[in-house]
Amino acid sequence: MFLHKTLLKRHSVLPGFDLALGFALLYISLIVLIPLSAVFLKTFTLTWQQFLDATTTPRVMASYRLTFGASFLAALLNAVFGFIVAWVLVRYTFPFKRVIDALVDLPFALPTAVAGIALTAIYAHNGVLGQWLPFKVSFTPLGVWVALVFIGLPFVVRTVQPVLEDVNRELEEAAATLGANRWQTFGKVIFPIVMPALLTGFALAFARALGEYGSVIFIAGNMPMVSEITPLLIITRLEQYDYAGATAIAVVMLVASFALLLLINLLQSWARKRQGGLA
Amino acid sequence: MNTAALPAKAPRAVAAGTAPRRIRAATAEAPWVRMLLIGLALGFMTLFLFVPLVTVFYEAFKKGWDVYVAAVSEPDALSAIKLTLIAAVISVPLNLVFGVAAAWAIAKFEFHGKNLLLTLIDLPFSVSPVIAGLIYVLVFGLQGWFGSWFIDHDLKIIFAVPGIVLATTFVTFPFVARELIPLMQAQGIEQEEAARVLGADGWQMLWRVTLPNVQWALLYGVILCNARAMGEFGAVSVVSGHIRGQTNTLPLHIEIIYNEYQFAAAFAVASLLALLALVTLVLKYLVEQRVKTQLRCDGDRSE
Repeated sequence: MFLHKTLLKRHSVLPGFDLALGFALLYISLIVLIPLSAVFLKTFTLTWQQFLDATTTPRVMASYRLTFGASFLAALLNAVFGFIVAWVLVRYTFPFKRVIDALVDLPFALPTAVAGIALTAIYAHNGVLGQWLPFKVSFTPLGVWVALVFIGLPFVVRTVQPVLEDVNRELEEAAATLGANRWQTFGKVIFPIVMPALLTGFALAFARALGEYGSVIFIAGNMPMVSEITPLLIITRLEQYDYAGATAIAVVMLVASFALLLLINLLQSWARKRQGGLA
Repeated sequence: MNTAALPAKAPRAVAAGTAPRRIRAATAEAPWVRMLLIGLALGFMTLFLFVPLVTVFYEAFKKGWDVYVAAVSEPDALSAIKLTLIAAVISVPLNLVFGVAAAWAIAKFEFHGKNLLLTLIDLPFSVSPVIAGLIYVLVFGLQGWFGSWFIDHDLKIIFAVPGIVLATTFVTFPFVARELIPLMQAQGIEQEEAARVLGADGWQMLWRVTLPNVQWALLYGVILCNARAMGEFGAVSVVSGHIRGQTNTLPLHIEIIYNEYQFAAAFAVASLLALLALVTLVLKYLVEQRVKTQLRCDGDRSE
């Protein structure tokens, strides 16, 4: 009855609050919170200098540049094309639209290792696409980017799509009546409504790409200083039994992800407010 | 199409290409813009989605049916399939029970710290799979908090099946809860209150009112959870010892044979997981339609 008395804001006739919340909290602590806290506690056994040494060597810095840079550029491409895909799915009719709509979620459903070997085969020098390209994709930073585009694709589409569906068409009619052409209506009416969702989708794709491992390691070639991503470096440290080094790098990545999570939550509440005001 | 009252249904007719000359609605794009956008969208999806998907099956069958069958029926592949199923069979029900409990507390009660709990539920999605594996190594590994205790009692967690199950549970943690919470919030508490007034006890209410009301969303969450559980690579890779025939799940098995340049065999095993992904998408689509209909019905009822 402890949870009941301390946390509940209003009395309820429904049963099971203590049991449900108690179980949820216990489970979340055992599976998520306690193990996750191990990363931070392990890092506290390092001195500040040791922490800096582990997280700022040239090899680690190169991996940050690649991971953050490729993730950003992949999320950027997804923002542009994800918006177009969402627009086309909401506004136009064309053959196989439902099938295509359903397939947008493929990167969520397809295991990352499968995506990884498929992309590697496609972009290898004798692959379906690779043989026509004048430059190398597989085993270069460009390959990392291709894999990250693949796994980030659904995020922008699936955040923009519902908002686009809810855009009040009367606003567009009003804009047209007032003499706006289609571009002006898009730029000044539709885009501002959809923008918070677009930013959220971009941030989600970026966050997912930062931690991605499975689809990248096959196509990246994993050359230190060139095409080695940060998550792989964590594994490399672990395989060398450098637990402290692995954990220190993990803390840097976790802090970046948590900052992004916070940003995404703020974006989403902003988006809700914007939508609420316009509906 | 209430937008184009005067130029009666012009956009549709133009799209079908039947009418010789029509006036375009002011809220529709020029045909060439529409074609360009559809072309860009389909081109992008072809390049990044369809080609990889087709490649998996093409490469899998390139060396013929015999190679395929041999690849998916060799003992190591079979034991990988078995381990993948074990991990999913344990972690999915665990996360299902958690999802129902968390959704019940969050959707039906007002309490302090609810937003914090919601954020915590989403947390595993923003943690890199590699870090998800690392945390269990830190807790249960040889040099970890409980490592020596487990060694003394002859229990192996890391580089063994329990570690794989734990890591899988972590990465699939939010799926069911996330699907249930918004729906149960939208459904309110009137039906449960009615059940209580009519004399149902807590469990009767859960089995006869609450769960039937969310059955499709529940199934949807389970499908997504299962797909991720069977396909997880990064987290499992860290905690598995990569011991052939013992601690290899399907994705890890693919990695090993791929790195041994047995490409056809790797793609053959990969095609099993790709097939699972396609089945997942079909089920997801069907269930999604059900959930949409249900939300619409619930909306009508509450009006």
